[in-house]
Amino acid sequence: MNKEVLKIKLTELFPTATFDESGEWLNITIAPADFLSAAEILRNKIELGFDYLFCVTCVDWKTHLTMVYHLESTLYRHHLVVKVQLDRTKPELETVSHIWRTAEFNEREAYEMFGVNFLNHPDLRLLILPDGWEGRNPMRKDFEDPVNMIKL
Amino acid sequence: MYRETEILKQPGAGEPDVFGDMIINIGPQHPSTHGVLHLVITLNGETIKKVEPHLGYIHRSIEKMCESLSFRQFIYVTSKMDYLSSHINNHGCCLCVEKGMQIEVPARAQVIRVLMDELTRLASHQLWWGAGAMDIGALTPFFHAFREREMINDIMEETCGTRLTMNYMVPGGVMVDVHPNFQGRVHEFIKHFKTKIDEYDELLTGNVIFQNRVKGVGYLSKEDAISYGCTGPTARGSGVSCDIRKLYPYEVYSKLQFDEVTETGGDCLARYLVRMKEMRQSLSIVEQLIDNIPEGDVQAKTKAVLKLPKGEYFSRVETARGEFGVYIVSEGGTTPYRIKFRSPGYSNLSALDHMARGGKIGDLVAIMAMIDLVIPDIDR
Repeated sequence: MNKEVLKIKLTELFPTATFDESGEWLNITIAPADFLSAAEILRNKIELGFDYLFCVTCVDWKTHLTMVYHLESTLYRHHLVVKVQLDRTKPELETVSHIWRTAEFNEREAYEMFGVNFLNHPDLRLLILPDGWEGRNPMRKDFEDPVNMIKL
Repeated sequence: MYRETEILKQPGAGEPDVFGDMIINIGPQHPSTHGVLHLVITLNGETIKKVEPHLGYIHRSIEKMCESLSFRQFIYVTSKMDYLSSHINNHGCCLCVEKGMQIEVPARAQVIRVLMDELTRLASHQLWWGAGAMDIGALTPFFHAFREREMINDIMEETCGTRLTMNYMVPGGVMVDVHPNFQGRVHEFIKHFKTKIDEYDELLTGNVIFQNRVKGVGYLSKEDAISYGCTGPTARGSGVSCDIRKLYPYEVYSKLQFDEVTETGGDCLARYLVRMKEMRQSLSIVEQLIDNIPEGDVQAKTKAVLKLPKGEYFSRVETARGEFGVYIVSEGGTTPYRIKFRSPGYSNLSALDHMARGGKIGDLVAIMAMIDLVIPDIDR
C-alpha cells in the first residue's frame, strides 16, 4: 500500500487520529488512551500486517514528550510512523512489548532516558544506567549533571 | 509465539528457587563477551532458565553528545559505535544528512563508498569468524582470520589514514580520493582471499566438533526473529529477508549482481552459514566494482555550514550485524534537535534470552558468538 491508500484505510480505522504526510513515510498521531488498541489492530489486521517494529524512540519537545514508533510490514513492505504525545510531568503509556517483543528493551531505554512509565511492562527496570539513577532522565533537554556532563 | 510473556506473568516466575536454582554472572569482563557485557544467568543445573543482560558499562551517550555537534561533526562520533563497521555507520549518517540537504553524491564517490563498505563487511566477518571459532574452542582460525584482516586494514590505512575508525565519509561524498595503490592492493587481496575462503570452510565448517556445537543450538523462528526486531545474519539465518541493500538499495547497490543470503535452519549453524556465504557475496561485489570506478569528483560541492530543513529524516543501511538506522529530528538549526541510532546489536541482543532459554550453559557462548555482538554498538 502506498502512502495515500494507507491513509484512507487508516482514517476509516482510526477516525480521531491526525496524519502528516510531509516526511518519507506516513505519520499518524494517536491519543495515548487509544494507543494499545490501535497497536493491536496495526499488528494483527491482515491487510496492514505491521509486524516489524524497527525503531522506538522518544523526543523531548520541552512542552511534551513524543513516543515515536517506526513500523514496517515484512509482507507488504509499507511503512508507518506512529506518534503518541505524552504529558511531560507524568508520562504514561501502555506497553506494546507483548505485540512486538523488541519493544521490551526499547521501552526500558525510553523509561530510563526519558522517564516514560510503561504500564503493564513485564520488567520495567534500569537497563543501561547504574542503580540509583531513578528519577533523573539524562536524555531530557533540561538534564544537568555537574560531574559527568560532557559539553562540546 | 510470545512465550516469555506468559512465563513472566506467572507469579514467582523467573524468581530463584532456593533448592534448585543458581545465579551466575558472566562479565562485565569475560573473554567470550567481546567487550563489557554483563549477563546474569539463572541456572537449574546446567539448564538456562533466564538470561538477563545488564548494559551500560561503556555507554557514552552518543545520542546526547550529537545534539551539541554540527551536522558535519556528529558523523565522526558514530565510528565509535560499531567499531567493526565504522565505515557503514558513517555511511548511514551521511545518507541521512544528504537526504535532508538533497545533496547528489558524485558517481565516483558512490562506488568508493560501496567498495569501502564491502571491505569493512569482509573485515568484520573475518574477525567474527576468528573470534567466534575461538569462543567455541578452535584457536587456529583466529590466526588465519587476522592474517587476511590485516590486508584490509592496510588498504584502509593507506587511503583513510587509520585502521579501525576511519571517518572517511563526509556529507556529499568521501573526504579524499583513494590512494594510487588502492586498486592494486585490493586486487592482491581478492586473489589471496579467494583461496583462503575455501580454506576457512575446510578448516571449520565441516568440522564435526564444530558442527556439534552449533547445530540445533539457539533456535529462533522466523516469526520471533521479526518480532524481536532481529536483522542481519541473525534474522537471515531464520529465513527472514531483511537485507537493506536489496530491499531499499542505496548508492550503486541496485546495479550490482549479488544475492541476499538466507538460511532456514534458524539455529547457530544457519547464522554461521549466512555469514560465510555473505563473505563470498561481498568479495564478488568488490570484484565487480574495483575495475569500474568512474572518473570524476569524489565530493559534491556543499555549504561550509549545513542546516537541515525542519523535519524528520530516517536512513537505513546494512552493516555487518544488521540494519543500522539513523533518525534525525531537525529544527532547522546547525545541530540536530534529536538523533536516534537504531543499532542492530541492541535488537539482536534482546533475543538472546529467547534463544538461550532451555539450553545448556555451554551453548550460551556459542549463541553469543554467532549473534556477533559488538558491545559499543549496543551501549552507544
